[in-house]
Order: sequence, then C-alpha cells, then structure tokens
Amino acid sequence: MRRTLALLGLALGPVLVLGVFFVLPVGGMVARGFWPDGGFDPGGVVEVLTRPRTGRVVWFTVWSSAVATLVSVALGLPAAYVLHRLDLPLRRAVRAALLVPFVLPTVVVGVAFRQLLGESGPLGGLGLDGTPVAIVAGLAFFNVAVVIRSVGAAWEGLDPRPAEAAAALGASPLQVLRTVTLPALRPAIVSAASVVFLFCATSFGVVLTLGGLRYASVETEIYLLTTNLLDLQAAAALSVVQLVAITVLLALAARLRAVPDPTVARRTARPRAVRRSDWPQVLATVLLLALVAAPVLTLVLGSLRVGDAWSLGNYRALRSTGEGALLVPVTEALVTSLRTAVDATWMSLLLGLVVAVVVTRRSRTPAERRVRSVLDGFFMLPLGVSAVTLGFGFLITLDRPPVDLRDSALLVPVAQALVALPLVVRTIVPVLGGIDDRQRQAAASLGAGPLRTLATVDLPAVWRPLLAAAGFAFAASLGEFGATAFLARDERATVPVVIFRLIGSPGAMNYGMALAASVVLAATTAVVMLAVERLRVPSLGVL
Amino acid sequence: MLSLTDVSVSYDGVPAVRDVGLDLPDGQVLAVLGPSGCGKSTLLRAVAGLEPATGSIAWDGADLSRTPTHKRDFALMFQDGQLFGHLTVARNVGYALRLRRTPDAAARVEELLALVGLEGYADRLPGTLSGGERQRVALARSLAVQPRLLLLDEPLSALDAGLRERLAVDLRRILREAGTTALMVTHDHEEAFTVADRLAVMRAGRVVQQGAIDEVWRAPVDRDTALFLGYARVLEGDAAELVLGRAAPAVAVRRSALVLDDAGRLHGTVVGARATPTQVRLVVDVAGLGEVDAVAPLDRRPALGADVRLGVDGSRLAVVGAAPTGQAV
Repeated sequence: MRRTLALLGLALGPVLVLGVFFVLPVGGMVARGFWPDGGFDPGGVVEVLTRPRTGRVVWFTVWSSAVATLVSVALGLPAAYVLHRLDLPLRRAVRAALLVPFVLPTVVVGVAFRQLLGESGPLGGLGLDGTPVAIVAGLAFFNVAVVIRSVGAAWEGLDPRPAEAAAALGASPLQVLRTVTLPALRPAIVSAASVVFLFCATSFGVVLTLGGLRYASVETEIYLLTTNLLDLQAAAALSVVQLVAITVLLALAARLRAVPDPTVARRTARPRAVRRSDWPQVLATVLLLALVAAPVLTLVLGSLRVGDAWSLGNYRALRSTGEGALLVPVTEALVTSLRTAVDATWMSLLLGLVVAVVVTRRSRTPAERRVRSVLDGFFMLPLGVSAVTLGFGFLITLDRPPVDLRDSALLVPVAQALVALPLVVRTIVPVLGGIDDRQRQAAASLGAGPLRTLATVDLPAVWRPLLAAAGFAFAASLGEFGATAFLARDERATVPVVIFRLIGSPGAMNYGMALAASVVLAATTAVVMLAVERLRVPSLGVL
Repeated sequence: MLSLTDVSVSYDGVPAVRDVGLDLPDGQVLAVLGPSGCGKSTLLRAVAGLEPATGSIAWDGADLSRTPTHKRDFALMFQDGQLFGHLTVARNVGYALRLRRTPDAAARVEELLALVGLEGYADRLPGTLSGGERQRVALARSLAVQPRLLLLDEPLSALDAGLRERLAVDLRRILREAGTTALMVTHDHEEAFTVADRLAVMRAGRVVQQGAIDEVWRAPVDRDTALFLGYARVLEGDAAELVLGRAAPAVAVRRSALVLDDAGRLHGTVVGARATPTQVRLVVDVAGLGEVDAVAPLDRRPALGADVRLGVDGSRLAVVGAAPTGQAV
C-alpha cells in the first residue's frame, strides 16, 4: 500500500503536467469539433469529412506516406547490412553521415529539396519541383536513417550461426536472406516501417515547404485550415481523424511486432571482410550516400551564392530582418531558438526521467501493477498526437482561464518539451528497464539506502542515455516546426519559423537568407547529434 | 575423401589453426579431439567454408578454396542445433530439400524423423523441444540431402551426461546406417571413442596425433595427449620401467592398470580407499613409484595402512611417444 502511494506521489507531477498541457488542449480540440456552439453536433465533423478536398487530402497522406515508407525501407536495408555487418573503411563516418538527415529540421529538408529540384537547381530539368515525387523524395530522405539505425542495430545483434547453418545446408546467399535472415529481422523491419510511416504521415515541415497549397497532407491541411481559412471546426475534425488513425496505427504496429518465438538468439557478430558477393549492397550504399548528400550539398552551395558570384552575403544578411519579411533579425531568432531549446530540454528531461522511473520499477502487488500499466499507457499518449494537433490545441485552450499562457514565454518550450517527451522516455526506459533488479537488491542487502542504491546502480547505467536524451530533445526542439508554427509570436519567432517566413516572401535576398539560416540551423543540430552519436546509445528512432 | 594440407586460420594476425594436415576416407567418422580453445571448431568452420583459411582443403583432389559454403555440399551441425525458430520441425528438416526442389520431400522428412526417433514431431516448433530433441532434429536436417560430408561441432556437449551417452550411441548407429562421412569436433574423449573410427588430437592449433582410434589410444604421442585421452597418470623414467618391466621413456596408466593382486610384482602401502558401485578405488604409496591409483574388487577392501601387492594389467597402460603414429609436431 505504501509503495502504491509512493508510486502515485511520484507520478503526480507528470500526470498533472500531461493533464494540463496535453489532455486539456487535445480535449479542447475534440470539443471544438463536436460541440461547436456548446451543443453536441457531430454533423459539422461529418460534413468536413465528406468534403471532396478532405478525401483527397487523406488519400494523399496515405499513399505518399506508404510510398515513402517503401522507398525508405528499400534504400535502408542494404545500407543497414553494409554499415552494420561488413568491415568497411570509414564505416563509422558513413553511418554518422547517413544519420544527419534524420536530425535535420524538417523545414531545412524542404528548403534543401526545393533548392535541388527548383528551376535553377541542378536537377531543375526534371521538372519535379512542386510534384508529389518531390514530397516522397523529401520524406524518404528524412526517414532512411530510421531504417538504417533500427534495422541495422537488430542486424548487428543477429546471431550469424543460423545463417551459417543454412549456407552449410546448401542455401545460396539470396536464399539465406529470404528464408533465415529476413524472418529473423521481421520485427525490426516492421517496427522501423511503422515508425517511418508514422513520421511520414505526420510530417509537417517537409510537406508544407514542398507541397504548398496544391498537395496537402492531413497535417498541413489542419494548419492551412486554421491559419489561412480560419475554419477551426474543420481543423478540429481533421485532428480527431488523425488522432484516431495514429492510435490505431500504433496498436497495429505493436501487434505486428510480436513474433511466434521471441527468443531470438542475440550475439553480436564481428563485422566481416567484404566479399565479391557484397558489391551490390556496397554500391547501393554508396548510391544512397550520394542521394543523401545531393540536397545537403546543393543547400550549402546555394547559401554561398549571391546573384552569380560566390559570397558570404547571405550569412551577413542574417543580422537583418530581410526584405520586409521578418520582425526580428535571424540572429535574434537563433538566440530565441537556443533559449527555447534549453528550456524544452530540461522540461522534457525532468518529465521523461520521472516517467521512466515510474514505468520501469518492478511491481510487487497486482494493484501496483495495474496502476503502473495505466500510467504507462497514459504517458505514451503524446506519441499518438501530432505536433500540429498539439499546437492547435494549445492555441484554442490555453488562452483563457484557468490556464492563460497566451503571452507566456513558456508556451513554446512546453509544447516542444511534450513533442520531445516520447523520444526522451524511449531512450531512457530500455536502459533503466534493463538493469537487473537483483543489482539493486544486492546493493540494499549490503546496506545501501534508496538514494545510495540509485547512485551505485542506476546512475552509472543511465547517465549516458540521459545525456543522449538531452541531445535528442535539444535537437528536436531546435528543429520543431509543427507546434511552434502555431504558437510562436512574430517577435519571438524561432529559426524554423523564420525560414518558413523567408521562403514564403518574395525577393532573392529573402531566399538567400533562408538558405543561409537553414545551413546554420542544420549545422547546429548536426553538431548536437554527432556529439550524441559519440555516446553510442543504441536506440534512436526506435519508438 | 577429404584432404587437408597445411591448413592455417588466423584471427587478426593471431593464429588459431596452424599447418593442419588431415585425411578422411569416405564412409569414415573422424573425431578431432582437443581442449576448448585449441582451434578445433575454427578448423571445422574452415572446412565448412565459413572462415578464410590458407593451405589446401580438397575433396577428392579438387581444391575447395574458391567454393562458397553453400556449394560445398557439406552439412554443418552446430553445438546448439541452430534450428530455425520460425519453422516447424518438419520444415526445418525439409529445408535443404526445398532448396533443391526435391520431389517427395514430405516422405523423406518422415523417414528422417523416424531415423532419429522423432516420429510425430513434424508440426512442433523448435522452441517446444528439449535439448536432446533439438539435436536430433538438427541431425535429421543435416542428413536430409545426404551431404558428402557431415560436419559436427560438439554435437552432444550441450546435453546432460546420461542423455549424452545415449545420443552418442544413437549418433554412431545413424551415421553407420546412412553411410555418412563425418568430421566431428569434441572435447570429450568418451564421445569421440563412441562415435568415431579415427581420431585426431589437437592442441594449441596443431594436430599432434592422428590415426585409428585404437592406435592413438594404445600409443599416445606425449604426456599431455595421454592425460587428455583419459589416462590417470603418466609415469616417467625408473617408475615407467618398474611398471612396464622393461625400459621406456614414459608410461601412461589408467586408474585400473594397477590391480590388487597377491601375486603382483609391486609392493605398497594403502593411503586411501573409496568404494564405487563397481570396484574399490585405492591410492597406494608404492616404493619407487610414489602415490599411484589402483583398484580392488568390491569384496576385498584393504584397510588404510595395509601392505598390499599390486599386479599390472598390460592392456590398461600405454607407452607414451613410442609408436610413430601420425605426425608428431
């Protein structure tokens, strides 16, 4: 009983925070859809859902995400194999390089692809700018890293002996892959694919910058309905649709991940020398590297050109407000971004740590177990909600008593912290959960109190993942665009918001500044993420 | 016929197998016996084509160094079976048959399951089997397409003692019935004696002795080999001469080589006695030998401190380093 009470006490903080900053906004958003004028009226929602444009938007979201997921998996699998199973020179460097796209702010990815595919870009001749192909390419570019990371980690830990047994029974490398390796990797591939699909379907920045008004996903449609058309009821209806769809998707992914015999033998194999039969995969990886490098390089080169000459003019212009596009100079936005990121990081870290501790401690009584599993489910709720929905919810609920944060500088960091929360929790939980409880019991039996036990057993295991989680949260917050786009005021705009303003404004100088600002933002997040990568914490992007 | 000539394998410059030469005629079973870490499993993997090796590995005279594992037509059976967890027993056993699109695969699978004594297990998943059952399935799977060579990597080591003994006898029978040529590595000499026709003893990456089982058994090449083959002690110099009755550099004796015998040549004082179900195990301090092991029938249990005479059973000792059997390196 005392333990259950202590558990509830510890959980009180996160529950309150999630209650105010998650349940309230999302609930308010749902209410706006179904109770438009105080009375229950689902007719509005139904009307929105039967509009032809809504159908088109939903269909576009589904098929573009599905295609982008397939492309990501197809490109990611060979690279996962090459980078995690083969002993190649520069393996680590290539792995880090292929990780960069995933941490690039979505707006930056959008800008980079416009620069690459636009009329004046190196691939402008293909006429892909503003087409669905560009959007799919942008989404895949962004998500290949997820496939490489999560499938690669599984592949690295896969016991090589069943494959050797199959080869010894006469299976050719392709047959080994089909009959032994892929079945063993299925859970990892399904989980990576479902995460990628989720990321694609809720992608905001990429679709908004590349698709504009013509191609909208559910996510960008919510934004456009709210900010451009002021049709809040329609936006609310779409948010509800998305909420339901994502929850169903997450549940489905969890089911698919389950395998008949989960006791897959884990034994990290030594990477082996490259054989002749590996060349196709190696070539595919090199090609992928080129595909990933192209937009980034075009972006960097483009930022260094003013008119027809090489120049740092675009970077110098970051101290200005552009040609009437902004209220504050980009440099000030960068300071705002960093400050916001610091705030969002400590908030999500604190919240995430408490959640992780609450979720991973072993339950002693059935009652305690029930409480814990309810809390577990509750804390995972933010996973199912897109950033735009969250931002939208903040906008319509936190602007009046009991919680009036309209003018608070904390509104944006809080929203970003919630967006980063699942990432933080998912980084810490596996490590905390992986600590053998008997270690703690051993410490306790040797006379260590609860705090001392924490310091001797938990802390040494968890400080690196904690640092890594801080890095993830910081990078996620720096690049966060979905919620921030709703909430940031023009005089306190963050860099992604500023970039979006700049590319939406006419003028060569504004565009040049957008490129320069993108490079600065990308470099900042890349530095943070490469520092995290050095910590070698296994799970990233595995939700 | 498998022939290895000067085969060496190294990991990152550290040699694991050095200049091994072996011959295995068709239809025979060769056991490579050695302590753990001696390189015997690495040698097996090199034969399977799973480790890059220098020197020559050839089958019927044809060099295999450019033949990938799956084209060697050798089946490899792992210590822990390595059954495919997502396939049923029948699908595991029929795996190689499906790869080759063999007709009547189902009948052949049933036949194999009967051979290893697992009728009725076809639809089980490997996760539900006991250790011994898994090894039987792994064996059936390896035998399915009648490989020209079966490679067995400590096939019984993961099992408990009683089961190991029974399965070793079964394994011998199954290999005999199928007429399989097999190369087995093991650290257990009993297992090697039960299953194999020929023996190669490996130590620190080298084959120190090879030959027919009884040849190796009767004339171990050196002291360590003798001890590894299960001899209790190796006596040297005068002690060897005293036991053997003629000059020899060293003699390896089984525990039962010295027997309580009133007409025996050796005199000693009993310093230890312990009864087992079949005999009494003695430790006797023999003049000129020091403390040695000896046995007595159960109905005669000499008291501690008693003076006894011991006879020598010549079939239970071996002259060490005498016969030039195989390559002594």
